[in-house]
Amino acid sequence: MRPLPALAVAGFRRWSAYRMATVAGALTNSVFGLLRAAITVAAVGAAGGVIAGYSAREVATYSWLTQALMTVMVLGIWDELAVRVRTGDIAVDLARPVDLQLSWLAADLGRAAFVLLPRGLPPLAVGALTTGLALAPSAWSYLLGALSVLLGVVISFAIRFAVNLSAFWLMDVRGALTLHMVVSGVLSGFIVPVAWFPPWLGTLASATPFPSMLQTPVDVLSGRVTGAAAAQVVALQALWAVATLGVGRLVLARATRRLVVQGG
Amino acid sequence: MSSSELLVQARSLQRDFVVRRRAGRLRRTRHVVSAVAGVDLDIHAGEAVGYIGANGAGKSTTIKMLTGILVPTAGTVRTCGLDPVRERRNLARQVGVVFGQRSGLWWDLPLVESFRVLAALHRLPSHTWAPRFDELVERLELTSFLATPVRQLSLGQRMRGEVAAALLHRPRLLVLDEPTVGLDVLSKERLRAFLREERAERATTLLLTTHDMGDIQRLCERVLVVDHGAIAYDGTLPGLVARVGAERVLVVDLAEPVAPLGGITHTQLVGVEGGGLRQRLSFSPDLTTAAQVLAAVSQRADVRDLAVEEPDVEEVVRRLYAASGR
Repeated sequence: MRPLPALAVAGFRRWSAYRMATVAGALTNSVFGLLRAAITVAAVGAAGGVIAGYSAREVATYSWLTQALMTVMVLGIWDELAVRVRTGDIAVDLARPVDLQLSWLAADLGRAAFVLLPRGLPPLAVGALTTGLALAPSAWSYLLGALSVLLGVVISFAIRFAVNLSAFWLMDVRGALTLHMVVSGVLSGFIVPVAWFPPWLGTLASATPFPSMLQTPVDVLSGRVTGAAAAQVVALQALWAVATLGVGRLVLARATRRLVVQGG
Repeated sequence: MSSSELLVQARSLQRDFVVRRRAGRLRRTRHVVSAVAGVDLDIHAGEAVGYIGANGAGKSTTIKMLTGILVPTAGTVRTCGLDPVRERRNLARQVGVVFGQRSGLWWDLPLVESFRVLAALHRLPSHTWAPRFDELVERLELTSFLATPVRQLSLGQRMRGEVAAALLHRPRLLVLDEPTVGLDVLSKERLRAFLREERAERATTLLLTTHDMGDIQRLCERVLVVDHGAIAYDGTLPGLVARVGAERVLVVDLAEPVAPLGGITHTQLVGVEGGGLRQRLSFSPDLTTAAQVLAAVSQRADVRDLAVEEPDVEEVVRRLYAASGR
């Protein structure tokens, strides 16, 4: 096998080693999905049936899809790389004949591939049984949706990678990681849809890669954007993926130049 | 040795670290600490070099610069003919590294999986890595725990796995950073025996740092002592012992209490315990041998058991530092 696919497989297997954690996580995702669907549906009801183009059924679908994808896109705190930098274990990674960023990307794609179904299907199943789901009608949307989810993971990874690298400069990265979690949680459209933002926040969000990470895959899968418009937002995702990976490479180049591998 | 290829060549190698200390509520002062301060080092293919020194003397920092993980502040270094930092990935194909305090294995996966991934990372086709893997598994006795997740291995098992992982791609240079730290006597000895075999068979060049004189004695022809970032000694272990005058001690247990065994040629009686049942005689290996001392003791008493105590690394290093006036 080639290096990067082998790392992706290892990433997949690493996550599959913890089955109980996966089951518990899927349960949590589903329960929170119920809460979020109830709240957003109530908000739409109170507003007279539609908010910014979302009907009750559509906003429920948005809640379930974001719940299904939140683990895939890692909307919580991810500090694996930062920990390796802090403890100096990054030295082991650097002593390997592979590109550091691409090898971590491969492992992260393996992780995402593993969590996609066990963490994604249960919330969608609960959603289908409770509120019902308003999904895209055409197979094309699902094909494009799959690509969109993949690009979302790449963007998510690229940003997490760069933020984690701040451990080369900061003695304590918890502040940076928490800030990233809050900002990405809001601007990606996880808390409420980007279309619900006040205009100034919408403008701000559209200048960042975050909506491309979560809102775009959700829009494509739920059929809110279709046809040429869908192809366009996915193309924008691809641009953001390249841009965020590029920024990560610059940060990595600077980090390895000043590289201080901590501790013995 | 000088005719063979140079695997490591360092000239005036230096690495500074900036340490910031709090000085008052907001002010920070900057201190520059040289972890490595002007190291010249040549290692030829096939050599086995032990790198010793006190904690913080600059051993690990040097190793990281030799392997391209750390950028030197000044000086030059070439490893396997490559610029380690620029050509880090190419170099990684020719070097195997074990950091004793870290793991190069996939923590959550069964041990065998790490070898599959490493074979892929090194782009080894299965017909080259599979026989090598079988050989390493057999000689390091990994069979019984190949299916065990790495996080569940004992330290001794894991370390054997780490060494096998570092050797899978048949590196020309094996770098071991404190490979035996924390291992019990049996595990240490087993690892050393394996490394001796490996070197005898493949003439792998070895560079190891250690705090254990046993590692040096059993594995290394050449010793480097580093002190405050500079090389304080470069030569053989007997030469080092001779220079610092570290002596060996013969401990004899006697069948019955005997009067103190003073006056044996080239020895000094350094301890009498149990009313004369156990006595300790120090001697310099340059002047006499353990066998000669034992023969002399046997003429005066019935020896039941004996042990030879070696000077430990810390003691040798301490004496060397003291001799050089640090």
